[in-house]
Amino acid sequence: MEKFIQFLINGIAIGSIYALMTVGYSLVYSIMNFSNFAHGGVIMLGSYFGFFAITILKAPFWLAALIAMTGTTLLAVVIERLAYDPLRRRQAPSLYYIISAMGISIFLENIVLATLGADFRNYPPLFQTSGFYIGGISIGKLDVLILVVGTISLFGLMWLIEKTKIGLAIRATSFNLRAANLMGVNTEFVIFVVFGLGGLLAGLAGVMYGLRYTVWPQMGLITNKAFVAAVFGGLGSLPGAIVGAISLGIIEAMATGYISSNLRDLIAFVLLVTILVVRPSGIMGKATEDKA
Amino acid sequence: MSWAYITTVLIMTGINLLAVIGLSVLTGFTGLFSFGHAGFMAIGAYTSAILTVWLGVPYYLALLIAGLAAGLISLVIGRLTLKLKGDYFIIATLGFGESIRLLFNWFDPIGGSRGFRIPSEIHYTSLSDVIIINLIALILIANLINSRHGRNFKAIREEEMASQVIGINIFRYKMLSFFISAVLVGIAGGMLAHLTHFLIPRNFDMTKSTFLTIMVILGGLGSLSGSVIGTVVLTFIPEFLRNFNEWRYVIFGFLVVLVMVLRPKGLMGGYEISDLLRWVKRRLVRRRGEKNESA
Repeated sequence: MEKFIQFLINGIAIGSIYALMTVGYSLVYSIMNFSNFAHGGVIMLGSYFGFFAITILKAPFWLAALIAMTGTTLLAVVIERLAYDPLRRRQAPSLYYIISAMGISIFLENIVLATLGADFRNYPPLFQTSGFYIGGISIGKLDVLILVVGTISLFGLMWLIEKTKIGLAIRATSFNLRAANLMGVNTEFVIFVVFGLGGLLAGLAGVMYGLRYTVWPQMGLITNKAFVAAVFGGLGSLPGAIVGAISLGIIEAMATGYISSNLRDLIAFVLLVTILVVRPSGIMGKATEDKA
Repeated sequence: MSWAYITTVLIMTGINLLAVIGLSVLTGFTGLFSFGHAGFMAIGAYTSAILTVWLGVPYYLALLIAGLAAGLISLVIGRLTLKLKGDYFIIATLGFGESIRLLFNWFDPIGGSRGFRIPSEIHYTSLSDVIIINLIALILIANLINSRHGRNFKAIREEEMASQVIGINIFRYKMLSFFISAVLVGIAGGMLAHLTHFLIPRNFDMTKSTFLTIMVILGGLGSLSGSVIGTVVLTFIPEFLRNFNEWRYVIFGFLVVLVMVLRPKGLMGGYEISDLLRWVKRRLVRRRGEKNESA
C-alpha cells in the first residue's frame, strides 16, 4: 500500500508536467485544428534556457523559470508569425500546418545539436532529493514544488479561460473561428495569445522536466506523451487535457513501478491506440463531428 | 568521393524512393497522412533479416515475404484506424508506429535495443537490386494510379463525401491504399536491412516516418514523378551538405518550412513530368504556328 501511494505521488508529479505540455498543445488544437508538432521543440529550448540561467547566470529557480518562460513565449509567438501565419493567410489545409510544424521541430532540434552537441546535461541539484517523510512514504521536495507550481499554473489558466474577457474570446474562437471573427472577436489576437500561453507553459514544463530528469536535444520527443494525453482526455478539451495528462502520469508510474520501466512508453502508446480505436473523442472530449 | 561511397548513396536513394513511392499512393493520391510508416519499415526489415539469417531464404523471396508481412499488419491497423478523421488518424498511425518500434525494442530474441546483426556472408543489397525493384514498383504504381482504382483514390482525396455518394467503397479503397503503401515500405525496409546489415529499432522512429512523408510533400502531392524528384533531391542534398554535417538537418528543417510557406504544392505541384513535356511540346507547336502565320 505504501508503495502504491509512493507511485501515485510520483505519477501525479510527472503527470502535472505532462499537463503543462498538453494544455499548450491542446489550446492550439482547439483554435487552429492542427497538431502543433513544434511544441516539443519549444519545450526542449525552454529546458535549455532554464539550464543556462541556472548554471551560467547562477539564477535561483524562480528566476530561471521566468527566463525560460519569457524565451519560450517569444519563440512560440515568432514561430506562429513566421511559419503558420502565411499559411493562414492562404487558408491552407491543416496538413500544411502539420508539415510546417514538423519542419520547425526538426530545425530546432538540430540547431541545438549543432551548437550545443548531443550531450545529456543535468541540472544542478537545486532541491535536495531528500524530502518529507509521512509514514513510510517519502515525497521529494522537487515533486512537491512541481505539484504546487503545476497546480497553480493550471488553475490560473482555467481561471483565464473561464473568467476573463480574453478567455471568452478564446472559447468563442475555438467554437467557431469564422463566426467569432464576424462577431467582432479579434481572432488574430486570440491566436497570438494562445501561442503565447502555450509557450509560457512550455517553458515552465521544460524547466521542471529538466530539473527532475535531464536535458538533451531530442527531449522534444517526450511531447509525444502530450499528444497521447491530449487524445486520452479528448482533443481540444482543456479539462480533458489535464485529466488525460495526470492519468497518463499515474499509469506510467504504476507501469514503471509494478512491471518494468522498459514497457513504460509502450504502455503509453498502446493506451493511445486503444483510446483512439474504442473512443476517439477521449474521456472528456466532445463527440467528433465529421469535417471531412 | 569514392565510387563505393557514391554507390551506397545511390542505393540509399533507391531504398528511400521505393518507400516514398509507396507512401505517395497513400498520401499523394488518397490524401491520408501517416506518421507511422517507419513501423512498417521495421516490420519489413526484421522479417527479411530473420528469414535470410535464420531460415536461409533467398534475398528476393525474403523481400517479398517482408512486404507481405508489413501489408498483413497494415490490414489489421487499417481496419482499426481508417475510420478516424484528420489529425486523429495521423496520431493513431504515430501511436502504432511507435508501438511497433517499442515492441522490437523490448523483444530480446531479435536483439532488442542492442540491435540485430546480419552476418556478412548474406547478400548485400546491390545497386542493380534497387534499380530492378524500383522499376517494377514504378511501372506497377503508375499503371495503378491511371486505372479505375487510381481514379477512385484521387476522388477520395478530393471529396470523400461525394465519392461515397457516387458509390465508391471508401473504406475498402483506403484499406487498399494503406496496404499497398505498407507493402512497398516493408520491402524498402528489407532492402535497408540488407544494405546496412545491422538493425536497431531506434532507426525506425517517428522522425523516419516524418522524413518519408516530407519527401512526398516536397516532391508534390499527387505526382509520382514529383515523389521521385523529391526523394532524389532530399537524399542527395544532405550528402552534399555532409561537410556541414550537423547543420544539414537545420537547413533541411528550414527548407521544409520554406516550401510550406512559399510553394505548398511541392516541386511538381500535382503535375507529372509527362505533363510538363506535353506542355513544352504544345508551346513549341504554338510558336511554330505563329511563325507560319507571320510568314
